[in-house]
This record gives sequence, structure tokens and C-alpha cells, in this order.
Amino acid sequence: MDERKYNMAEEVKVFSTWASPFALRVIWALKLKGVEFDTVHEDLINKSPLLLQYNPIHKKVPVLVHDGKVICESLVILEYIDETWKQNPLLPEDPHQKANARFWAKFGDDKVMQSIGGGVLLKEGKEQEEGFAASMENLKYLEEEIRGKKFFGGETIGLADIALGWLAHYLDIVEEIVGLKLIDQEKFPSLAAWKQEFANAPIIRENWPDRDKLVTKYVVVREANLGKGTPK
Amino acid sequence: MAEVKLYGFWPSPYSHRIIWALKLKGVEYEYIEEDLSNKSESLLKYNPVYKKTPVLVHGDKPIAESLVILEYIEETWPENPLLPKDPYERAMARFWIQYGVDTVAALRAFYQGSGEELEKAATELLESLKILEEQGLGDKRFFGGESMNLVDISYGALGYWLAAVEEVKGVKVLEPSTLPRLHAWAKNLDELPVVKGKHSGL
Repeated sequence: MDERKYNMAEEVKVFSTWASPFALRVIWALKLKGVEFDTVHEDLINKSPLLLQYNPIHKKVPVLVHDGKVICESLVILEYIDETWKQNPLLPEDPHQKANARFWAKFGDDKVMQSIGGGVLLKEGKEQEEGFAASMENLKYLEEEIRGKKFFGGETIGLADIALGWLAHYLDIVEEIVGLKLIDQEKFPSLAAWKQEFANAPIIRENWPDRDKLVTKYVVVREANLGKGTPK
Repeated sequence: MAEVKLYGFWPSPYSHRIIWALKLKGVEYEYIEEDLSNKSESLLKYNPVYKKTPVLVHGDKPIAESLVILEYIEETWPENPLLPKDPYERAMARFWIQYGVDTVAALRAFYQGSGEELEKAATELLESLKILEEQGLGDKRFFGGESMNLVDISYGALGYWLAAVEEVKGVKVLEPSTLPRLHAWAKNLDELPVVKGKHSGL
């Protein structure tokens, strides 16, 4: 028996920041499943006591609170959401396909984000060149995986799309700031097509954070890392 | 039943995670030892992205990344469950498994460090393990309760492997005086049938 049907007054809260691509994953997942929730907007320079209480170990967003149950770490939260609200599944039934989705979500966080964020946005000169080369390698793998598919999840948005989704908005900002093209339509046609598809998908397109604000923010982050700006 | 193959590297705790999970589930498998300085064509075919071990091949379908493999094993062979049923309890288990990724980074720094760096790494590792002990393990015998589960498996390197590194470095981190419950946990882990007897070869 599905207890969900009888539980009318559920309380779902998401602790997030306006800029966080990780919190955005959780917001997308809940909205894609039609789950009602409240957003608690955090300022990471001035974290609320509640956030520190709910995530004492990492002190980060996102945090999901569902009927008093607290879950941290975006990919852990996504799995919880998918297991709790079964409509519009984010993961396929087949264990091997599930494993594949998890593999690419992890690849995104472990490799792609590292090379583009850490290696390109936050570096310059030779180090940036190396970061760029690493990013190209990583994007090549994504290109091969997405070829012939609308989304990484197939016909519908899945876990890997949500985990890699930041590429469809935040990457343009990185490219603008550093003056380098990463997902070049000529080099990565399938990935470029996925980017468009995902960025304009229902729900996704309504929830992107403000582009200009993000540019300003990441310029500051880049300069601070390069030692040029005033450290915060 | 389709054939199960495990491509592993004996000195690596990551490969042992998979061995333990397969053994706990009673799954028959063929183990293939890889020479990482001379990787086989099969390894490169089955894990083109990372070119690393462990890789599980079930039928002809490869799965790479040990934590992804563990979840696959759990779903494919549901007998003797290694994750809780309840979604929130599962999320907690996955949180602690994820926390281990940070612990591994601290472990690596400890393994590679010397002099001042070693001291710093040992301190950081201790801090990390204190949180794990207090909030992850608590007063439980295993992370999985009375018996080991995927969380215990994921922290396997804190058993014999960490002890070996401590001996080489001449610095102890996981001791009864500093981490009593976690130390006891490691001892209990090393005594388990699936774990015991795997130390030879190190």
C-alpha cells in the first residue's frame, strides 16, 4: 500500500542559495515530480542557525527537510526524492541502466566540474591550458554518451541530466568570463544539442538563476582565486 | 545466470569492496587480477573513461566505479540486503558512504605525507574519523547495525590497509585511546569471514 497517497499535509523544505547549481538540482527534481515545497534562501556568508543545525558537518546547501527528516548532499537527496515520490522517475528500472546513470552523474561531479570549474575558471596561463585540455577530454566522453539520445536519461530527463544540467547555463558564463569556448558546436554537436534541449525544457527553463548576477559573482570568485581581488 | 567477472587490483581497497559484496551475496564470480602498469585490452574496453579497477562485468555489461558497482550488486542480487529499505535510512547510509570520499582524500594525504605534512595529514584524518565515529557509527557494532552493510564495505580501507600504512609511517591514528568505537569496529570488521584471509597478498 502506498502511504504517500494518504499523507496530504507533507512538509518539504529546501535550503538553497540563489546561485548554487547543487541546490538547483533538488529544486528541479521536486518540480519535475510536482512536489510542493518551501525554499529557505540562505546567504553563505551569514548562514542561518537552522542550516548549521541541519548540516553541521558540511554547513552547505542544499539540505532537504521532509517531514522533519534531514538529508544533505545533492546526489543523495536526488536518490531520496526518486525513491519517495515515484511519479516521473529520474532513474530507470533496469539495474545496469541505473548504474550507467549514476556513473555519468558521478563523472560530472568528479571530473567535468573539476576540470571546468577548478581547471579553467579559477586558473590562468599554463595551468588553465592544462585545465582546458582536461575539460576537452571529459567533454569528449559526454559527447559519446549523449550521441543519439535526447537526454542522458533517454526520452525524458533523468538523474544524469540533472547532475550535469549546470552545463546548460553556468558553462556559458564560464566561457564568457575566460574567453574560451568549451562546448563548441563543431567539436561536440550532440552535447551542444543536449545543452539547448535541456536549457529550454519545461521547468528547467523557468528556474535558471540570473545570468548577469552569476557573471558578476564568478568574476569575483575567479579574481579572488588568482589573487587579484580582495579576498573575502 | 549470466557470468560475473571482476577485474581488480589486489593491493587496492576498492577492489576488495566488490569482493566482499559479492561474497556476502553468495555470488559466484571470476576474479581477474590486472597489472596496472600493463593494462589488459579487456580493462580498457570495459572502462574506457577511467581505465581503472575495479570493473564488474555481468553478462557482457560492464560497470565501473566501486560505489556504483556496490549499488548495482545490491539491486541485482537482493538477497541478504546491504542497504536499508526505508528511503530515509538509505539516504543516511548513502550520506555516510559519500562522507568516505572525503576520508579517502585525508587517507591519501596521510599515506603520501612526510614530516610536517604527515603530522598535518594525521590530524586532519583524526578529525574526519572523529565525526565518522560519533555521528556515523555511534554505538553500533557495524554501520549496518548487527551486520555489515554497504557503508561498512565502503570504509574497509580503515581496517587492515590503514593499519599497514600506520606501521609504515610510524604514526598511529586509529587507536583505542583516540577512536575507541571506530577502533573496535575495525577489529570486528577484520574478523568477519568475508574479510579475514584476504590480507595475504598485501
